[in-house]
Amino acid sequence: MTIASLLATMPGAIAQGLIWGIMAIGVYITYKVLDIADLTVDGSICTGGAVCIMLMRANFPLPAAMLIAVLAGMATGLVTGLFHTLMGIPAILAGILTQLSLYSINLKIMGKANQAINARNYDVLVSMQNLRDVPLYDNTILIVAIFVIVLIALLYWFFGTELGCSLRATGCNPNMSRAQGINTGFNKVLGLIISNGIVALSGALLAQYQGFADVQMGRGAIVIGLAAVIIGEALFSRIFRNFALRLLSVVFGGIIYYIVYQTVIWLGLDTDLLKMLSALVVAVFLAVPYWKSRYFARGKRGKAHA
Amino acid sequence: MLELRNVHKTFNPGTVNAKKALDGLDLTLREGDFVTVIGGNGAGKSTMLNAIAGVWRPDDGQIVIDGQDVTGMAEYKRARFLGRVFQDPMMGTAADMGIEENLALAARRGQHRGLRWGIRPAEREKYRELLHELGLGLEDRLTSKVGLLSGGQRQALTLLMATLKKPKLLLLDEHTAALDPKTAERVLELTERVIGRDHLTTLMVTHNMRDAIQHGNRLVMMHEGRVILDIAGEAKQNLTVEELLEKFSAASGSQFANDRALLS
Repeated sequence: MTIASLLATMPGAIAQGLIWGIMAIGVYITYKVLDIADLTVDGSICTGGAVCIMLMRANFPLPAAMLIAVLAGMATGLVTGLFHTLMGIPAILAGILTQLSLYSINLKIMGKANQAINARNYDVLVSMQNLRDVPLYDNTILIVAIFVIVLIALLYWFFGTELGCSLRATGCNPNMSRAQGINTGFNKVLGLIISNGIVALSGALLAQYQGFADVQMGRGAIVIGLAAVIIGEALFSRIFRNFALRLLSVVFGGIIYYIVYQTVIWLGLDTDLLKMLSALVVAVFLAVPYWKSRYFARGKRGKAHA
Repeated sequence: MLELRNVHKTFNPGTVNAKKALDGLDLTLREGDFVTVIGGNGAGKSTMLNAIAGVWRPDDGQIVIDGQDVTGMAEYKRARFLGRVFQDPMMGTAADMGIEENLALAARRGQHRGLRWGIRPAEREKYRELLHELGLGLEDRLTSKVGLLSGGQRQALTLLMATLKKPKLLLLDEHTAALDPKTAERVLELTERVIGRDHLTTLMVTHNMRDAIQHGNRLVMMHEGRVILDIAGEAKQNLTVEELLEKFSAASGSQFANDRALLS
């Protein structure tokens, strides 16, 4: 339990945080922009990883494998979107239904619960072996960081377009949006497609990074994604107001989450408890704005008891 | 311009809470009509506007806007004919988006929204001018979030948004009811100005009888989901609140049940 051993885990924490940060950007789009808590992501992150690994094992070129993984993720978002808009199922339940069915689908994609690739025999973009002592162009942290920057640039552009603006309006005020001629149903589906495509990209990177895809790899992903969103917002919302910077703060949130995670493990905490602790941290952070408005709203203190 | 033919709507049909909100509503508006709508609680005023806007489909009847049957048309599609301002100042704008962004959204009502940039520099100048005309000092706050504005400012902005692209029909649903009297008067003044300038066909629901008499060229009174009184032209200009109440009792066989209307 030396500081050196903690520091040794940091590159890994940063790389994982970056990869999960991409996932958290997907969560940000549904949770913050569209105002939908989309639980599809627990399944679609695995779908992304599973599709990518299986296609690599079938000797697909890596870019093709990753692209198809993203498309598969987008398809999962489409399913949730149609459950929600076409069938009128509440968004959160629609996501749970897709997530559950994805468990079967992911098993079928992989044929079993876990499929590995040996990083030595396959051309991988990112790997936990490529964190140190590799040329810069092979450095996993750098490569994921480039992914993050390109992704944020693309999203910044998209949400500035007419269509992207109408998507933001849909999340902000659906009544007003329809009154202004915006097809809110279509926009919700589109947002879910984009979000889950991004989540699947993160899954594809994660599977390469760890060298395998596992049917359990997405369990609790939504909580990690929310944690990243919330941490990012809590720490940076005062200085980062621009949309691109907000997305960046979400990625920072992911990195901080994993640094804390590694530190807690280094401190000797029982790793079985980590998911519970993550959930509690997210619960408390979600409660803070509610408590603030209820008990600390200026001038309304007296009404708190009513 | 607008035709409502025998429109029926019952909420929660088949339950103890069943409520017949529109019961064979007929109403025709000519181009340029500015119709004020008044009626007791639950008379179906807002329900009528929602039926026109397409928030849901009526159980029966037809809605025709500008010669086109829109009865089954989705709300977002028929938005291209309509400008709407709601009673709740929160309803008409996107609070987390900037003033100019809200206006840019409204400027594209009825148009395809593609991958062009969401707001062009030339628009910004136009918005600055339009906001300047409002006289609320919003022209210097183009990028401010709408959520920071007061109720009156938001209603004025919503009105601007509703008329930014000239609508075939302007629907005002008690749009000054949530404002303090002074602000309400200003927003109403502004409403009158915009309608006069663009010759907009307008349906304005109000709870204020005096406003209903003062504004517009035609007054419609609703009761139990139907129009029971329709007065236009000079006869309308010469109305008094007392006469209106009398006419209501005579036509409906009951007392006018809207506390706010009687108090204001």
